[in-house]
Amino acid sequence: MSENNNPTTPSTDVDAAHEAGVVAQADRFTDPGVPEHKPRLTDTDPQAAKRAERIVAALFGISALGAIGSLVAYFAFPPGGTAETRLSTLLFGLGMAVSLLGIGIAAVHWAKSLMSAHEYVDDRHPIESSPEVREVAITALNQGVADSGIARRGLLKGALVGAMALFPLTIAVPLISSVGGDWNVDKFRHTLWQRGTRLAYDPNGRLIRAADLTIGSVAHVIPDVPAEERLTHHWITEKAKAVVLLVRMNPDDIRSEQRPGGSYDGIVAYSKICTHVGCPVALYEQQTHHLLCPCHQSTFDIADGAKVVFGPAKRPLPQLPITVDDEGYLVAEDDFDQPIGPSYWERLK
Amino acid sequence: MSTTTTDTKRPAAAAPKTAAGKAADYLDQRTSVGVAVKEFARKIFPDHWSFMLGEFALYSFVVLLISGVFLALFFQPSMALVYYEGENPASMHGELMSIAFASTLDLSFEVRGGLLMRQIHHWAALVFMASIVTHMMRVFFTGAFRKPRELNWLVGMLLMILGLLAGFSGYSLPDDVLSGNGLRITDGVVKSIPIIGSYMSYFIFGGEFPGEHIIARLFTVHILLVPALILALIGLHLFLMVLHKHTQFPGGGRTDKNVVGYPLFPVYAAKMGGNFFLTFGVLALMGATMSINNVWNYGPYDPSPVGAGAQPDWYMLFLEGSLRLMPGQTEYVIAGYTLSLNVLIPAVIIPGLLFTFLFVYPFVEAKVTGDTREHHVLDRPRNVPVRTGLGVAFLTAFIILAVAGSNDLVATHFQMSLNAITWALRILFFVGPVIAFWITKRICLGLQRKDRELVLHGHESGRIVRFANGEYIEVHTPLDDQERWLRVNYDAYKPLEIAPATDARGVKRKGYKADKRWQRLSKFFFEDRVEPVTPSELAAAHSHGEHDSLGSVHEQHDALPAGASSTEQER
Ligand code: HEM
Ligand code: FES
Repeated sequence: MSENNNPTTPSTDVDAAHEAGVVAQADRFTDPGVPEHKPRLTDTDPQAAKRAERIVAALFGISALGAIGSLVAYFAFPPGGTAETRLSTLLFGLGMAVSLLGIGIAAVHWAKSLMSAHEYVDDRHPIESSPEVREVAITALNQGVADSGIARRGLLKGALVGAMALFPLTIAVPLISSVGGDWNVDKFRHTLWQRGTRLAYDPNGRLIRAADLTIGSVAHVIPDVPAEERLTHHWITEKAKAVVLLVRMNPDDIRSEQRPGGSYDGIVAYSKICTHVGCPVALYEQQTHHLLCPCHQSTFDIADGAKVVFGPAKRPLPQLPITVDDEGYLVAEDDFDQPIGPSYWERLK
Repeated sequence: MSTTTTDTKRPAAAAPKTAAGKAADYLDQRTSVGVAVKEFARKIFPDHWSFMLGEFALYSFVVLLISGVFLALFFQPSMALVYYEGENPASMHGELMSIAFASTLDLSFEVRGGLLMRQIHHWAALVFMASIVTHMMRVFFTGAFRKPRELNWLVGMLLMILGLLAGFSGYSLPDDVLSGNGLRITDGVVKSIPIIGSYMSYFIFGGEFPGEHIIARLFTVHILLVPALILALIGLHLFLMVLHKHTQFPGGGRTDKNVVGYPLFPVYAAKMGGNFFLTFGVLALMGATMSINNVWNYGPYDPSPVGAGAQPDWYMLFLEGSLRLMPGQTEYVIAGYTLSLNVLIPAVIIPGLLFTFLFVYPFVEAKVTGDTREHHVLDRPRNVPVRTGLGVAFLTAFIILAVAGSNDLVATHFQMSLNAITWALRILFFVGPVIAFWITKRICLGLQRKDRELVLHGHESGRIVRFANGEYIEVHTPLDDQERWLRVNYDAYKPLEIAPATDARGVKRKGYKADKRWQRLSKFFFEDRVEPVTPSELAAAHSHGEHDSLGSVHEQHDALPAGASSTEQER
């Protein structure tokens, strides 16, 4: 490396260009070389340099104060409720930021104003190794291959490949057998709903009477299961398939249903899981009977068999057929007649 | 048998005197660290603000490691259910939730500094991805991916994808309503994959969604698998960077055979160390002052509720938007099997195409230029109009998808109909990139012509001179050597020349068809071009007088000027 502020290396390398098959232009300007170094104020004026030094020192000082400040904040503002936690986070974090920024700005300012600003020039060498090195490398490889005898002993080659191919199975087989649980993808087809399962409000589990629902009202519904069961993990997975949206409308407004007779006196129940990629659909618009999925805005018309009127979903939301039992509670007549939620390959099989 | 006693002391060559010198000596005797110091201490690095983008990515990753380890000491990746006993926030007290969610609340309200660390960690993740993306843009638009750096471009691509995976897996850990719905969307997307979709869903969740394994699995992915891979690839990325030495912007004295800049020690060590503290400091400031992901406002995951207007982190918006734009009609049933193209295309195929473009671009460009030289001097983006145009077209597509990912916010903010916006974006997704490409290419060619004009006729000085014959002209000041060099020092590639379809004996040549296709692509790249001014052109312009019209600015469509000879194309 040499300090060289004005190399006169011509950079239009016509030969190199020719080699590469690029049309080179012989008629080119010559490189004027690295521009002249312009001294900074701090290079020429000792006063300015002194000032810069003091600024850098002060910045390190501010950093130290920031660190101390954050510790003061740590003890003076303990968290308590939500607001206290916010305040303590703010003050402690500000101190931390000052201590970090102080060091950062000081170091950069030091480098820019006080460290030598002379540019240097280093040579580059081609990345590929020299022909001699390549030669030695190839000889080494050939010697290694010859020493191993792999070329002459075909049996060894086969045995090596075979063993290498088989050993990963000792990891893969137990892994694959367990990683997908029981691998029974048929579970997508069934939910907790059965003939006679009562409808209950989500999340408190209160049963729903048809008479409780006024026209225009909407209810988020889960199947009625014992309260203890709702505290299990299994429940969350089942709930993810079983949630239903219940809407009561004027019976005359219902233009079509997926399962004729599946509604009860203007009350319709549809799966709440979007047939696009599975978000819960939740935004119901009373006037239009449109149900909007907030994730990608698929819009379903509840009055018209929950058909898709807009958006990336293709299929209507599956309908849950309902009726009332002797005590006036809403009950399911059956499970859904198709898998709920997003489509998958063997869905119709 | 010798009678001389062996001297147990090594020859004291130059015994160091200072404490630092002694320590260095001790180390060197045991590690030959001197070799590394000799090699690296005064290694030259060129300087430019845009070279710091990659640095910022590195430093935010370090901040992610530091804050992440802090979080990992308290976070519990379990989906078992508990009643939350903490008093804060009051709304969550006594609620049933997973231990993962409860420990996130603990981290925020019980662990001192925990909320700050969570917020720093999340902001650092956003800044990490932003620095990676802008760093990639710098590399793309300046052609820094050219030989010998193609492999490092691939390493960078992998880092970007791993960054997405890190962000996604981290976002899902707290097990709140938003992250749960994100996982549910993932489940829906995975299920749309033909034949193996359902099984892949079981593979990921250990059964049906959500099951009770996913948080623990994502935790391992998030704090072990992905960070370890990122760390290893960062190592490789930096190793290759040092091996190749950094690229430099064009300018006087900068060639493909040298590197002009400042030495690593002390200037770069100070600047880089300083930049780390600046990055960390800004992230600490963000973590302190801007709350992010207040999971207690959403509550623990429950399959029923969902928030409208909820946004994923910015780097996921393009996927969300892609899903939103796709019309639903494209789900088909074929022989009883369901093919959900309405999900597969936007969530798998479009991102696949976008990423494939980025993966293969350096190799395609190398092929259509036929250039096998090493390149260490960067391109000014205007000098490669088609590349720059393609890059802007890519960004346009990406941004349109990201806007589509917030179309509901756009709709409410500007009080427009969601359907109208969606339709407009559907059309824009196809038209926008084409227009962006065309405009960008035109701008680049225009800037190149402007460069020619400046080189030939100098800057306008604003000084008007009247000749004796009454003619007025404006005096132009010629460019100085440095500026002229900047504006003339580039290659304007010409489209590939290929060997004819039949050889001398009239036999059909194998591979002619493929060559022809590459030639067509090469024409797309280099048909329109503006050549740099040559010294003879400049001399001619001078002899005509400064006020001449710009007769010599021309765009060339011909294949090869007569004088140029060697067109031996490599392939
Ligand atoms: C490689 C880049 C990384 C990215 C992009 C990333 C991103 C994220 C994000 C977005 C979150 C959600 C934070 C929230 O709002 O609560 C998160 C959470 C978390 N991350 Fe990372 N992270 C990275 C590396 C790490 C590392 C290296 C560790 C530990 C060694 C870690 C440990 C954690 C833990 C424990 C959580 C859960 C904390 C909580 O939910 O409160 N992360 N990460
Ligand atoms: S999940 Fe409902 S629209 Fe995508």
